[in-house]
Amino acid sequence: MDKFAVLTAVAAPFPRDNVDTDSIIRIERCTGTPKEALGRYAFEMVRYLPDGADNPDFVLNQPRYRGAQILVCGEFFGTGSSREMAVWALAGMGIRCLIAPSFGQIFYGNCFQNGVLPITLPPATAAALMRQASDPAAGPFSVDLERQTVNGDIGFEIGARRRKMLLEGLDEIALTLAMDAKIADYQAADRERRPWIHFFRNP
Amino acid sequence: MAGRTLFDKVWDPHVIEELGDGVQLLHVDRHLMNELSGHRGQLEIAQRGLKMRNPELAMGTLDHVVSTAPGRRGGPAPWAERMIEIFRVESARAGFPVHDFGDDGQGIVHVVGPELGFTLPGVLLVCGDSHTCTHGALGALAWGIGTSELTHVLATQAIVQQKPKTMRVRFEGTLARGVSAKDMILALIGRLGTAGGAGYAVEYAGEAITALDLEGRMTVCNLSIELGAKIGMVAPDEKTYAYVKGRRYAPKGDLWKPALAHWRGLPGDADARFDAEHAVDCAALAPQITWGTSPEDVIGVHEMIPDAKPEALAYMGLEAGRPIAGTKVDRVFIGSCTNARLSDLRAAAEVVRGHRAAAHVNAWVVPGSQRVKREAEAEGLDDAFRAAGFEWREPGCSMCVAANGDRVEPRARCVSTSNRNFVGRQGPQARTHLASPATAAAAAIAGEIADARAL
Ligand code: SF4
Repeated sequence: MDKFAVLTAVAAPFPRDNVDTDSIIRIERCTGTPKEALGRYAFEMVRYLPDGADNPDFVLNQPRYRGAQILVCGEFFGTGSSREMAVWALAGMGIRCLIAPSFGQIFYGNCFQNGVLPITLPPATAAALMRQASDPAAGPFSVDLERQTVNGDIGFEIGARRRKMLLEGLDEIALTLAMDAKIADYQAADRERRPWIHFFRNP
Repeated sequence: MAGRTLFDKVWDPHVIEELGDGVQLLHVDRHLMNELSGHRGQLEIAQRGLKMRNPELAMGTLDHVVSTAPGRRGGPAPWAERMIEIFRVESARAGFPVHDFGDDGQGIVHVVGPELGFTLPGVLLVCGDSHTCTHGALGALAWGIGTSELTHVLATQAIVQQKPKTMRVRFEGTLARGVSAKDMILALIGRLGTAGGAGYAVEYAGEAITALDLEGRMTVCNLSIELGAKIGMVAPDEKTYAYVKGRRYAPKGDLWKPALAHWRGLPGDADARFDAEHAVDCAALAPQITWGTSPEDVIGVHEMIPDAKPEALAYMGLEAGRPIAGTKVDRVFIGSCTNARLSDLRAAAEVVRGHRAAAHVNAWVVPGSQRVKREAEAEGLDDAFRAAGFEWREPGCSMCVAANGDRVEPRARCVSTSNRNFVGRQGPQARTHLASPATAAAAAIAGEIADARAL
């Protein structure tokens, strides 16, 4: 997984509340499209016109936001379905960081698994950043994960473990596999404690 | 010391290791899989050269991409057949059962898990699907996971998780006739909003919850994710134990007694504290229906369409200030992991009997599992629906998510017993109204949104 340290990039405003993962990536794209190919389908219902051309009203199609790597979002971004393809699609179109007052819970966890940093900020702070992202005179944003700041002076919290995972590009499966002896010990004790959990299919 | 909640009592014994910062490594007792998310995780571990660690704790079924056409034998298209085949082959290789066509256990994961006794009180259960919160109705700790977490569970039988805060919602009073579990949870989402439960594990309590049968409790827990919560639970009680007893994978023989003793200790202590509390008066509740493109956009079926969210109203083709009742509908979908169990089909059939669906309405009933289908047919529910002009289909997710090609046409209006009315959820530009089975059945008969109690 790519390491995440400091990101200086264009931030695009996406001021819609309750953006669900169905609208980030349609279900038809989750049934066989390779991970790497999902980027072009992100937000497809609003990103393209019926004839397939770019919809000029969609924020990321506007010249000044092309190549944006940061998305400033409304309340509860990523609500709904657990489909991780939503994060893959966002990452596939170049998004590395999301800023919102709140996130859908499963989506939020999925972000960390894919090197995408979701930053939760108080509504007023997020709204100020939304205005800044909409301001043609404003420059790129800078997100510093090491110091946990946006644009130098806005602090954010993500938890020490997740921060470390992103900073070092760690793989959670590898970390847990290294603890396999603990899992084995737990199960050995649990077979005594709760045998019905472990021996249910062959009584 | 303050008492412990149901949530604490189920969560704590699953902790394998503290990972610091409130994050814990937890044991997964039950891994429920379907072809859509399951096959993807199986391909991932194969690619990493890993093996499934505990196949004896897993089971699979087919739901999202299967055809639901009468007489179906597989998927609706070659890509779906391929996906199903990968899932079958990888599951057989790993050594756990997939409940295939022809088995009672084929159906929507969240219908089948409890039905087979795979879901039990006190277990930690995960599934690559957001409505895994449904299983909390039995007093299980259950939540939906993404592909990476699913791959992690396959490889390690454990999951890394931050402990959520706790919320209790008390449903007080007695439901009026014709008002159901679906109306209770929709009303709550309307009140708290779709982010109202974010960051919480929610426990549903109160006399109206106790009065529900297990299937009704599943309907309530099912929409926890629409309340923003990954986890919803109901304390197990005698109804729960009676529900579980004798099911295919439920503890039997010598295992039943210790299991039951363990379960009886799970309900929260009287002095347990929650981080948040809410109450809903059920006596005042009317049948609910959504008008917008978020489950929080909900009103009573006799109320006026509110002057709010103009974009949602435009998408839905509705006008503010008019009554929602009387809005003409094109389709009706009775199905999904929310409302496709036997009691749901009975409630819909009761409304339908002696009537016929309006000529312009295309109404479907999609049972949640093969078992539901078989039991419904034994009661003649299929005949009741067919006689009323409904289509009686094969089990699967169907039009809830339109992954298998079952969809609502662009701009067509559908009253659905499912859980999501998002833009495009049931097909591009489809207009979805979420409601109970009785309300959906009434819409089919009247040809417009209607109060089932008036039929
Ligand atoms: S019925 Fe709908 S909500 Fe339930 S698992 Fe299937 S697609 Fe998901």
